[in-house]
Amino acid sequence: MIDRETVLHVAMLARLELSEDEVERMTIELAGVLEHIETIAELDLEGVAPTTHVVAVDNALRADEPVPCLSHEQALASAPAVAEGGFAVPSPQA
Amino acid sequence: MKEPLELTASQAVGAIARGELDPGDLFELYRERAAADHLGAFTWVAEAPPAASGGPLGGVPLAVKDLFCTEGVPSQAGSRVLEGYCPPYSATVVERLAAAGAPLLAKTNQDEFAMGSSTENSAFGPVQNPWDRRRVPGGSSGGSAAAVAAGLAPWAIGTDTGGSIRQPAALCGIVGLKPTYGAVSRYGMIAFASSLDQAGPLTRDVSDAALLLGHMVGARDPRDSTSLDFPEEIALPTRTDLRGIRFGVPAELSGEGIDPGVRGAFQSTLELARQLGASVEPCTLRHATAGLAAYYVLAPAECSSNLARFDGVRYGYRAPDAPDLLSMYMRTRHDGFGAEVKRRVMLGTYALSSGYYDAYYGRAQRVRTKIAEDFATAFEHFDFILTPTAPGVAFELGAKLADPLAMYLNDFCTVPASLAGIPAISIPNALAEPPGGGTRLPVGLQIVGPAFSESRLLDTAFALEQALGFDGSAVRQ
Amino acid sequence: MSLELEPVIGLEIHVQLKTATKMFCGCELSFGEPPNTRTCPVCLGLPGALPVVNARAIHFGLMIGLALGSDLAERSIFHRKNYFYPDLPKGYQISQYDEPLCRGGRLADVAIHRVHLEEDAAKLIHLGTSGRIHGSEQSIVDFNRGGTPLVEIVTEPELRSGEHAREWLSLLRATLRSLGVSDVNMEEGSLRADANVSLRPAGSTQLGTKTELKNMNSFRFLERGVTAEIERQRAIIEDGGEVAQETLHFDPATGALTALRSKEEAHDYRYFPEPDLVPIATTSEMLEQARAAIGELPAARATRFERDFGLSAEMAHLLAFRSDLGDYFEAANAAGAADSGYAQQLANWVSGQLVARIGEQDPAASNVTPAALATLVELVSARELTNGTAREVLDVLLQSGGDPRAIVAERGLASLSDDPALATIVAAAIDADPDAAAKVRAGNAKAIAALIGPVMRETRGRADGAEVTRLIREQLGV
Repeated sequence: MIDRETVLHVAMLARLELSEDEVERMTIELAGVLEHIETIAELDLEGVAPTTHVVAVDNALRADEPVPCLSHEQALASAPAVAEGGFAVPSPQA
Repeated sequence: MKEPLELTASQAVGAIARGELDPGDLFELYRERAAADHLGAFTWVAEAPPAASGGPLGGVPLAVKDLFCTEGVPSQAGSRVLEGYCPPYSATVVERLAAAGAPLLAKTNQDEFAMGSSTENSAFGPVQNPWDRRRVPGGSSGGSAAAVAAGLAPWAIGTDTGGSIRQPAALCGIVGLKPTYGAVSRYGMIAFASSLDQAGPLTRDVSDAALLLGHMVGARDPRDSTSLDFPEEIALPTRTDLRGIRFGVPAELSGEGIDPGVRGAFQSTLELARQLGASVEPCTLRHATAGLAAYYVLAPAECSSNLARFDGVRYGYRAPDAPDLLSMYMRTRHDGFGAEVKRRVMLGTYALSSGYYDAYYGRAQRVRTKIAEDFATAFEHFDFILTPTAPGVAFELGAKLADPLAMYLNDFCTVPASLAGIPAISIPNALAEPPGGGTRLPVGLQIVGPAFSESRLLDTAFALEQALGFDGSAVRQ
Repeated sequence: MSLELEPVIGLEIHVQLKTATKMFCGCELSFGEPPNTRTCPVCLGLPGALPVVNARAIHFGLMIGLALGSDLAERSIFHRKNYFYPDLPKGYQISQYDEPLCRGGRLADVAIHRVHLEEDAAKLIHLGTSGRIHGSEQSIVDFNRGGTPLVEIVTEPELRSGEHAREWLSLLRATLRSLGVSDVNMEEGSLRADANVSLRPAGSTQLGTKTELKNMNSFRFLERGVTAEIERQRAIIEDGGEVAQETLHFDPATGALTALRSKEEAHDYRYFPEPDLVPIATTSEMLEQARAAIGELPAARATRFERDFGLSAEMAHLLAFRSDLGDYFEAANAAGAADSGYAQQLANWVSGQLVARIGEQDPAASNVTPAALATLVELVSARELTNGTAREVLDVLLQSGGDPRAIVAERGLASLSDDPALATIVAAAIDADPDAAAKVRAGNAKAIAALIGPVMRETRGRADGAEVTRLIREQLGV
């Protein structure tokens, strides 16, 4: 129920490079899990509201008051690459 | 007086308060043991005791699962993508416990990003079960469970998303509790599945769990929008019998799929409960068997989004020499994530993708509603629900790696309480032989209660624990 | 084939809110600080960080919804919009999807589709070639801006031309400015507009294929870009071709429209409800606070100016849509006399001579107090000052403030309409130029200017022109 083309498409959506071996294994493994998951397709869930929020409260809001920021050094402390005070990355195309 | 290492955390707190035990000495004792660990339970051990302690917990050291952010200390969530990462802040729960007098002893090993039931998915090596070192300790909080069981830490905290505190507690013969969702702040907990993750205690006994939990809940955390005020203080347990307690036993979670050894232990415990004065009757949780399927849509979906931030841009691993941005993303995540994480990211991305949302995510959210309703209905007639914690005892390392589904089935008893957001505790209730024979291994009993029933839950668990008399001291070398 | 085509345009507008802190964390908003100095674990997307909603952003969002006449949701939630880009630290943007804060509404002749809240992306700065990464180009990311609260306003596709789009967006801008919720400055990026453009046969109700236009960061560029795109599509259709659905980037320098990406690469955002946040329930208290904070909107104010002050529609619109001018005008009017016609004169002075001198600056920030301008206009109205000397006085007021009467007294600028003295000067001018006098007597009205000139020079402009003319005619018997 999940074919190779779909696996490659999903891997791209997830920005996940998969080796040829991984693609093959993933196709089989995901198919197995999805087959089990399909059991929920058989249930009668007519008129049942989805649980979008577990915690039954509303309006957990924050006052618009400043809180101290990280220092420049702290913000960049774990950066793999830094240039001119910013996080350096290869340029996106277009 | 007992040897310091024989003291439970609560007993140590008492001894320190009476001036019989020096917290610095205690810390050093455990620090040395942790540093000498051969089970693979730790990813980092403190090099020196903390400057000062104080607070109601007296300075009894705490092992903390690696995915809790601890400022300046590696917080890697068991993943290569965060290898060596030291955050600039600490998780709220770590700060609160340290302020209460439970200083950081060590970070414990875990399944990568809390995904797994065996701690074999760690990028830093598996953890061995102290009861039988060829076997898994359970997961994903396997390091925390093994450490407490082996007497390498007096107590620990872990996280539970689908059973990751309860199941390893069961497999290691200790106590583990997953609180009501929202009761403990998630700020600073590296996220797996946001609507399911909860921090909780892993301890030698129920009294320790109550003491530690009492300092993890309280006023809500303004930095976590989903956090709640806990309506009362956690009472330390005192109950000696179970008169007036009504237990419900769901057939869906206690019959089919449970190993004979575990089932036998479970039945014996039910009998003991009756002897203590409880009523024990069957109940039904009609949609519980669909829980695992719903969980394996919801948790991967949320994780696929939560793990998108691991892209090599701002922290953690970045694939070297990538010629362009796309390659950088793809290779970083290929190199940085292990197989199980990749599987769940793929599964989750698929479930959320265009055209599939209603069939998977949408339906799973509805199953979740039904499961919560099933529990609510059951709690109209029962105080607590009893099930085995895990379907089997600890399995051998490598035994379930070939088939992901086989691994997922370890969670089917624990997942329903996670989906409903209600509290559940696992206490060791027996030793049983594994299928095929051999050293007897711990079995866990799960007690599930309604939201915010933690005090009563702990009290009930305490009464059973005293009557069961489970002794785990043999593995505390 | 000659086909009458009508343009169908919708706008997607992003407004940066003028809150003190970001949408989901307490970092102060940044105005040109050094890169990555206004960040925290939340807006950097560090592991374990969690968002918390800014109450004031909700308040501003409700104000905008009320001002646009939208339906405010009783309950709205946030969704995650998932995609990968270096300026998106979490790999998803927290936005709103099918349960937005506001739905519907209208501003002038254009209906609003929806209004919702979300967080801004960080800033990506292109650096160019660097030898470090295999000679390929580098960019750097500055997360100061990341997390700034944004309100997204989407119109129905009811705009009909580039000019219409520009005018309507101006109106929206004035409205938002009067609410005080944003600087709404297109050049600075606190107001951004993308346009969706398509053409269809006139009278049809079906929509044609639309293109999305981006990067029009001024009102003029918006008009030019939309106009250019309409022409581009018209040419394609009239040629028998089909318009491709794509995103286009407008280059104001060349007027060129370049495709950014085609439909095949359209994102799959995999929206799902944000599990780290709880719903927003719009309480009656929140509604009341939003209503109270709005005050009077420009359109209503213009109507009131026309009705209560007798201002022309054009003048009323001008003063109402520059709220600082409107405020100043009303304050001056309150300070002055209640003569009929006075309000109109005052309006002329505010929108004319005063604006000519202060431009875009808020008149309340100048040295000319509303009371002072009111007095000045009263003096002109009572003919105690000529227009010329009044302008002189205004210059002095702008320079150093003060009271017009005092300035007039100090500098002797009072209008000369003291009959005897003036009559003497007029008589002297007539004697000095008998030719001009003769021409005027002969019926040449224009020659009077030759006589007025010397009088004005003699009185240093203080003589009231109408009075001088009257005296000349009187003395010449015409």
